[in-house]
Amino acid sequence: MTTKLNIKVNEHVSAVSAAPDTPLLYVLADELALKGPRFGCGLAQCGSCSVLVDGVETRACVTPVASVQGKSVTTLEGLPAWYARQHKLPQAPAMHPLQQALIDEQALQCGYCYNGMIIKGAELLARNAAPSDAQIRQAMNGHLCRCGTYPRILRAISRAAAVIAGERT
Amino acid sequence: MSRTARLPALPRREFLKAGGALLVGFQLQPAFGTSPARKTPERGSVAGPPDPKQIDTWLAIHADNTATLYIGFVELGQGSTTALLQVAAEELDLDMEQIRTATVDTNVTPNQGGTYSSAAIQRGRPQVALAAAEARGALLERAAQRLGSSVEQLQVNKGRVSVLGHERPSVSYGELVGEKPFGLAFSGTAKLKSIDRYRLVGKPIARRDMAAKVTARHSYIQHLRLPRMLHGRVVRPRGQAAYGAGAKILSLEESSIAHIAGARVLRRGDFLGVVAPREWDAVRAAQQLKVSWEQPPKLPGSDSLHEAMQADKSQEQVALERGNLASGFTGAARSVVAKCYGPYQAHVPFAPNCALADVRDDAALVICSSQDVYNARRSLAGLLNLPLEKVRVQYGEGAGTFGHSCYDDAAQAAALLSQLAQAPVRLQFMRWDEHGWDTYGPAHVGEVRAAATADGRLCAYEYHGWQHGWSLVDTSAQLSGVAAAEWPPSPVQGVNPLAAGGMYDIPNIKLVNHRLPGLNYLRGAWLRSPLDLSFCFASEQVIDQLARDLRMDPYQFRRINIKDERWRGVLDAVASGAGWATRTSAPRMNDAGVVRGRGIGLGTHLVSYGAAVADVEVNVRSGVVRITHLYGAIDAGAVVNPGNVESQITGQLVQTASRLLKEEVTFDEARVTSLDWASYPILRFEECPDITPIVVQRLDQRSTGAGEETMAAAAGAIANAFFDATGVRMTRYPLTPSRVLAALAERGR
Repeated sequence: MTTKLNIKVNEHVSAVSAAPDTPLLYVLADELALKGPRFGCGLAQCGSCSVLVDGVETRACVTPVASVQGKSVTTLEGLPAWYARQHKLPQAPAMHPLQQALIDEQALQCGYCYNGMIIKGAELLARNAAPSDAQIRQAMNGHLCRCGTYPRILRAISRAAAVIAGERT
Repeated sequence: MSRTARLPALPRREFLKAGGALLVGFQLQPAFGTSPARKTPERGSVAGPPDPKQIDTWLAIHADNTATLYIGFVELGQGSTTALLQVAAEELDLDMEQIRTATVDTNVTPNQGGTYSSAAIQRGRPQVALAAAEARGALLERAAQRLGSSVEQLQVNKGRVSVLGHERPSVSYGELVGEKPFGLAFSGTAKLKSIDRYRLVGKPIARRDMAAKVTARHSYIQHLRLPRMLHGRVVRPRGQAAYGAGAKILSLEESSIAHIAGARVLRRGDFLGVVAPREWDAVRAAQQLKVSWEQPPKLPGSDSLHEAMQADKSQEQVALERGNLASGFTGAARSVVAKCYGPYQAHVPFAPNCALADVRDDAALVICSSQDVYNARRSLAGLLNLPLEKVRVQYGEGAGTFGHSCYDDAAQAAALLSQLAQAPVRLQFMRWDEHGWDTYGPAHVGEVRAAATADGRLCAYEYHGWQHGWSLVDTSAQLSGVAAAEWPPSPVQGVNPLAAGGMYDIPNIKLVNHRLPGLNYLRGAWLRSPLDLSFCFASEQVIDQLARDLRMDPYQFRRINIKDERWRGVLDAVASGAGWATRTSAPRMNDAGVVRGRGIGLGTHLVSYGAAVADVEVNVRSGVVRITHLYGAIDAGAVVNPGNVESQITGQLVQTASRLLKEEVTFDEARVTSLDWASYPILRFEECPDITPIVVQRLDQRSTGAGEETMAAAAGAIANAFFDATGVRMTRYPLTPSRVLAALAERGR
């Protein structure tokens, strides 16, 4: 049964029509045409579809759209602005420091999993400004990469942490 | 209303922003030669492949002094597009910012063959370099006329030509050519730039697609939408049965999805799918549609697979025979025999395959992630019963595929659903479709016997390999009714003489294939470094054991048995990079029950040379193997972009760790049972080793593939490191804790 729902995505409230049990992912991808969250498994196993819901990394492929009403959803598209709000910057940078660090490390191969990698990495850096290698691995362990780029993602997260620390001082 | 009137015919591929959605419009069958004044038809207006003997097929110079390079190789995340742009920009004396590629498209780009066997640089570099150099020659002739000089007296800087030693007067490529075609035959005889003048080739130029990919501006194929399209899903049993069995529908209750608005059931033969205007409705309809399937014939089951393979009736074929094996073994001081077992492993791209199709009565357009768009066009034309030139196939980048995943199957499914629905369709596989209906990397049994003389010279080597070939009929085509006569797998896959002992100087050698009847097993096709992991897992352990039995260092033993300087070079490179030192004492167990070891291995897939060193820890109580560090070296001749190759080595080594420790397709007596990331686990962050990629640069050699070679080497190195740590040889991978504990118990460890 399709109903009208209001959901807040990247600080913008959108009226969407969907069955309430529709996974958030399909609404974000098909109704709002966002390209950050993307289908990987539909089973919350891989992290491809990750978004932040009130700042917490959430698998959009198993999250009913109705459950995020009244909450704030941030996708990869909205991550720089989310970072700016967190750090009280006057305006959103072009990229979150982790996005830039992944380019600096030339980390990507196909890059499809990087939506989830960036969302999860940004969530980690918001909680822990200077994570150890073991803490990074533990935080990221639920996100898979088929191309095998883990070593460069690890380096990029450490690099981003250093950049953020440098911006603060 | 006629069907062709339903969609607007656009003059060219256009991206339409509609409410934020990315829509792609197409011209299916443009009018041919609409502009009579023009000699050559507009690019993309006729079915390809364009004539490879024309410069215009490869290159266009634009009025703004930029260029487009047309290549037939697709970007799979390996970065070869950047490298081929480097090659062209080098010869043309353009900056990287001045050159780009076009979408691979059977109406636009040349047919350079499929993007597999690590061929993009190996085959593509000479073609692109020669075309660019020849175009430069033609541009300089025009510039010489314009500047009143001779070609020999000209210099080029960023596509701007002037007389040597002067910046002015000058003329740009763009001014010389504009958007006009060259209209020149491609002779392939231009003189290429000398190595000492390289500005771009051999440099780690950063890939330019990354910013768009990390900021969600890049469109993967999964993001493309067609106007007025429906969402499609295939309906199949969860997990394939034997390849020859297909999937036979006994009964179907269409009413079971009547409650889903707009959902329709579509069927041709045993090919079954659903479409719906909304994606979630298509997903639900595919899951809820009631179908009963015929019970398939019996599979051996993954636990009894290797026994069944050896008991099966196979066809023997000698792949290589040199010298006299019997006399080689007679003269030996030591000989070692081993039989090793490799599982089926899956491609399983991180994004399940997706394709879009708009099939009309007289023409079709299909967007898919095929590694070979021209081959996909051939199979689609047959399936849709359309002439070849009426089918246009465009490449859309998906997630890394590592060989023949379900991309052609998805393309066929989208095309069939579009034809049946009489509407454009976007088809995406679900995770269980991709995991369950893959054309897996085939399982293998390898028996190796090798011998060496007392002074450590390899004198005899024999390899027997049991495996089946590749299934070349994709599932959608098979289920929709392609004749059974076309099903039998290709016998192409056999023991690789380069990986099985080929790196060593062995006077007496024999390699034998035992070809299995593929219809009775799972679907098989090329998975990155096809079967080489299995060959080297067996072969490099036997070589290693000979060294141990002769009390020689495994690195030195390999070294004295190699004549080829490239093989010795890559071996030395990895040994030096890893700080290889001859072990002087046996490994000690720490209080936690962990032993550590180090191993070395060689391997390849085709032309290039690979070597690896592995450091592992084995917990003898839990059976958990942790690979702590992998070093991998490649000699791929002249490396155009060493940064890309380092990235490739990193991926190869991490994937090899995953394949050696975790990956195995499981199946019972009916069907495949590993259908997602829980039942088919791959390596995770906490298990990921440190990686040291080593590129052996040889700019004076031709460029060869660099996407596969360290995988087989690392498979051998990991197995040898396990032995170094435990004194036990593992004969079957993946090295799961239960298998490790069983092997240790058997040896009383």
